[in-house]
Amino acid sequence: MLVGLLNRGPDIAARLASKIEQIEGARPATGSLDIGLYRDDIGLREPSPLAPTSVPAVDGKVVVLVDDVLYTGRSARAALDAILDHGRPRAVQLAVLVDRGHRELPIRADYVGKNIPTRRREAVQVRLAEVDGTDEVLLGIEQPATEARA
Amino acid sequence: MIASLLSIRDLDRAGIERILAEAAVFQKDGPRITRKYPTLRGKTVVNLFYEASTRTRTSFELAAKRLSADVVNFTAGGSAVEKGESLKDTARTIEAMGVDLIVCRHASSGAPHRLHEWVSAGVINAGDGMHEHPTQALLDLYTMRQHFESFDGLRVAIVGDVLHSRVARSEIWGLQTMGAEVTLVGPPTLMPPQAEGWGVEVTPDVDAVLPKADVVYLLRMQLERMDAGYVPTLREYARLWGLDAARAAMLKEDAIIMHPGPMNRGVEIAADPAELPRSVITSQVANGVAVRMALLYLMLGGRDARAEVPVE
Repeated sequence: MLVGLLNRGPDIAARLASKIEQIEGARPATGSLDIGLYRDDIGLREPSPLAPTSVPAVDGKVVVLVDDVLYTGRSARAALDAILDHGRPRAVQLAVLVDRGHRELPIRADYVGKNIPTRRREAVQVRLAEVDGTDEVLLGIEQPATEARA
Repeated sequence: MIASLLSIRDLDRAGIERILAEAAVFQKDGPRITRKYPTLRGKTVVNLFYEASTRTRTSFELAAKRLSADVVNFTAGGSAVEKGESLKDTARTIEAMGVDLIVCRHASSGAPHRLHEWVSAGVINAGDGMHEHPTQALLDLYTMRQHFESFDGLRVAIVGDVLHSRVARSEIWGLQTMGAEVTLVGPPTLMPPQAEGWGVEVTPDVDAVLPKADVVYLLRMQLERMDAGYVPTLREYARLWGLDAARAAMLKEDAIIMHPGPMNRGVEIAADPAELPRSVITSQVANGVAVRMALLYLMLGGRDARAEVPVE
């Protein structure tokens, strides 16, 4: 089962599911997970807008969490808590499109699209045709005002 | 986001929209919201209720607990209030214990406002005297939004004892912020004299208003306030203004019937509200928890309110 982390994760998860279907002939279940209520910086920033979570039954399944960028690892930590509130998966793995380094927690990805070495003050933004009209990964000098959900 | 909610007028249109949007996310978990979120761990909410309440207090308590906040319930009976402690001293006592938010209901209009001046914690007005009940208005707006896409031009008839009703005031101002048109209906003795300055229509003729209304909002006849002769008898009130099956038949097909509870069956509403097919009264109660979760998330989930300079 592929579970995408909002906002970009669910679209990447859907694309992965389609690829797997082409190769294996069977499409894995997909879901989307909002981690806003599980973040560790609540109280340090303005409350982020919430989005509906929709996750199929996870008990006994191998759940692959899918996100666009892996950075500090804090989102992945929050996602672990969120998914475990849905049940007891057989295993939880992590797939990301971009791993930009600078981990602040002992977390690593099981599947990485591309490793991109960055400096902390650089911004990495993944844009997808589904939401942004175009597929691209942008590297900027400054962090945008709304900190990336990495 | 605001640190305190004393009046529905503390919120602009965007603020109300934000609360309704977050509430919809909590609602999506369904009425069986079984999941408990860790979001407000370490925050403490005090329910400070000087007046009886079932649904408001319970709904705040559930909302806070589902976000993992600690909840302390304080009711006037069985506390130091019975020994003569003043609101100010009680507030100071509670504050000294370190709380983040006080949810206050009081029989005196303006009590939460005074409380707000005395404490640094946030204050939510959960009903003060004949003044306001902003969270009731929010959950009612949420319920209306489930049935109507837009508030612009939505026709809402508020029927009954507007004079004594804190729900009515919050309702009117909230609806106006969102762009709805409000008509007040009821005996002239129960219309507040200042209503004309509120930009609403006022009429005693319920039968003329019902066919045009999108929402009929029935107010509770406050029997405990009826000694002063505002209406001759309750039976007469029921005959002239009560919503029975015959009057409900005058409503537009997609109109909805609302009531903040508790109902006086057979007075402002039919003895068996089930015979009113367009009633959404039970979903109002169900929506209360999701709306209050949204409010608590936005008020307590931001930067620590106590570390900031007060906004107001």
